[in-house]
Amino acid sequence: MHPAVSVILLTTLIGVGQGLFLALYTGQLYSVAKLLEQQDSQSFYALGSALALVFLVAGLIASFFHLGHPERAWRSIARWRTSWLSREVIVLPVVMLLVFLYGLLHYLEWTTPLFTVADALPVDATLIIGALATLATFALFICTGMIYACIRFLQEWHSALTVINFTLLGGASGFTLAAAFSAFTGVHLVGFYGTWAVILTVTAMLTRGASLLRNHRLRPRSTLQSAIGVRHTTIRQIAQGAMGGSFNTREFFHHQPQRVTGMARVAFLVLVFPVPALLLGAAWATSSEVLPLLAFIAQYVGLLIERWYFFIDARHPQNLYYQSIA
Amino acid sequence: MTQLALVIDLNVCVGCHACVTSCKEWNTSGWAGPMTDQRPYGKDPTGTFFNRVQTFEVGQYPNTETVHFPKSCLHCEEPPCVPVCPTGASYKREEDGIVLVDYDKCIGCKYCSWACPYGAREIDEKQRVMKKCTLCVDRIYDESLPETERKPACVLACPTNARLFGDVHDPDSTVSVMIREEGGYPLMPEWGTKPANHYLPRRKTRLRIHEDELLRADNPLKKEGQLPAPPGDTPTLDDITSW
Repeated sequence: MHPAVSVILLTTLIGVGQGLFLALYTGQLYSVAKLLEQQDSQSFYALGSALALVFLVAGLIASFFHLGHPERAWRSIARWRTSWLSREVIVLPVVMLLVFLYGLLHYLEWTTPLFTVADALPVDATLIIGALATLATFALFICTGMIYACIRFLQEWHSALTVINFTLLGGASGFTLAAAFSAFTGVHLVGFYGTWAVILTVTAMLTRGASLLRNHRLRPRSTLQSAIGVRHTTIRQIAQGAMGGSFNTREFFHHQPQRVTGMARVAFLVLVFPVPALLLGAAWATSSEVLPLLAFIAQYVGLLIERWYFFIDARHPQNLYYQSIA
Repeated sequence: MTQLALVIDLNVCVGCHACVTSCKEWNTSGWAGPMTDQRPYGKDPTGTFFNRVQTFEVGQYPNTETVHFPKSCLHCEEPPCVPVCPTGASYKREEDGIVLVDYDKCIGCKYCSWACPYGAREIDEKQRVMKKCTLCVDRIYDESLPETERKPACVLACPTNARLFGDVHDPDSTVSVMIREEGGYPLMPEWGTKPANHYLPRRKTRLRIHEDELLRADNPLKKEGQLPAPPGDTPTLDDITSW
């Protein structure tokens, strides 16, 4: 498949935004459970939510560049019963709204407990909105992943691993950003977020590695024989009906030499997994302010390449009809 | 229920591209607006087509065979491109099974083209909407045309009658009979898309002549001359004459 820059940016940016929100809410849950110290509502949660919102909005803006008619984008909420893309279009604004509300409640410091569960768990408005936003965030991860995983012809994508990878990679990058954000705001949560970021990164490495291995072993179900219905072991295309290429040769081929795709795979495997983990470890050891940010930048650049490779890796069966120009 | 479709006879297709040009001519001047081209006279001409004729070589020299293979939307009975469309622009008509795109609703996200294993959909780079074969829906129901011309443009243009058009759900239609009796098959059956369009395979007409037909064992010319006389005590044919 041809990797579209807009889709690469959309999926990675909203992944970071969702992950960062999940990190903030995880931090709040830990402090409610008195496992971590209480953080300032305005300077930590509200500012963090704003940062998450920036990533979500940036992703949304990037997605518009994928459309031929962005002015009709509102129509895409119509088929939520059948289309995962339609579901994503609905859930993304819901996530943005809930994250905005979560940040707003913290900014206004409406954190007086509304009621207390079992005399131990004070529940305030931010905790409720945050829980809803967490649900929406996971729903969005599922929608985004399923857009790709539901196309059964693209065997490389048609796997639960696609959804799991989108979720884990988004979570890992968000927690890494949370560590960087804590380092910059001077909050003592770099170790907490860094540890979770490393855990998520290592888990994502296992699942992404599993999908690479799975794709490597895949045998295409469609062959030239089934594509044109001629039973012969030797079939060669002579003409594809167009001399200067077509939409079919532009959208479904990446036209990249194997050397480049191989380098991209090595690059993302290094940048997404070991580099941020090592940098976060070094940041924890040296209590540096810059290293977590470097870890996030490295991981995000790696994720851009990872998503690029995700497209390169998928072989569409329609390519069987476009093997040679003339 | 009606399911209109094409049956393409690979046995008689000569790869002349008349279906391609007549399709482009009809549909570019029709109600759906132009099918735009980019650099039509330049180095890399490209553009929107509903139908393409591809050519494949089967076998190894000297035992090769050239197969011309026209490819357009197959109007699947389980169209995978329809449920993925977020706007409902891509739809399958209940009344005749034609899969269509509403160009006014299409947002040009290309998701439906990803979900088509046949590469039947092409985006119009100028109008930025997804386009595909309509089975000439603006022609086949046009009562101002004589009834013999209410067929897709490609079918009318084909000089060898390699393209047949009809209802594949009607067991007595020409297309159904051809599929049934001439070995019609769908493309990529492994995906369960149930394409409505079918292809008829190459068929060789061979005379099966057995050796005993060339050298007739009972050839009377080989039995010329006197037959040997049977023994005298054998019964005669008519009990009157005797050897």
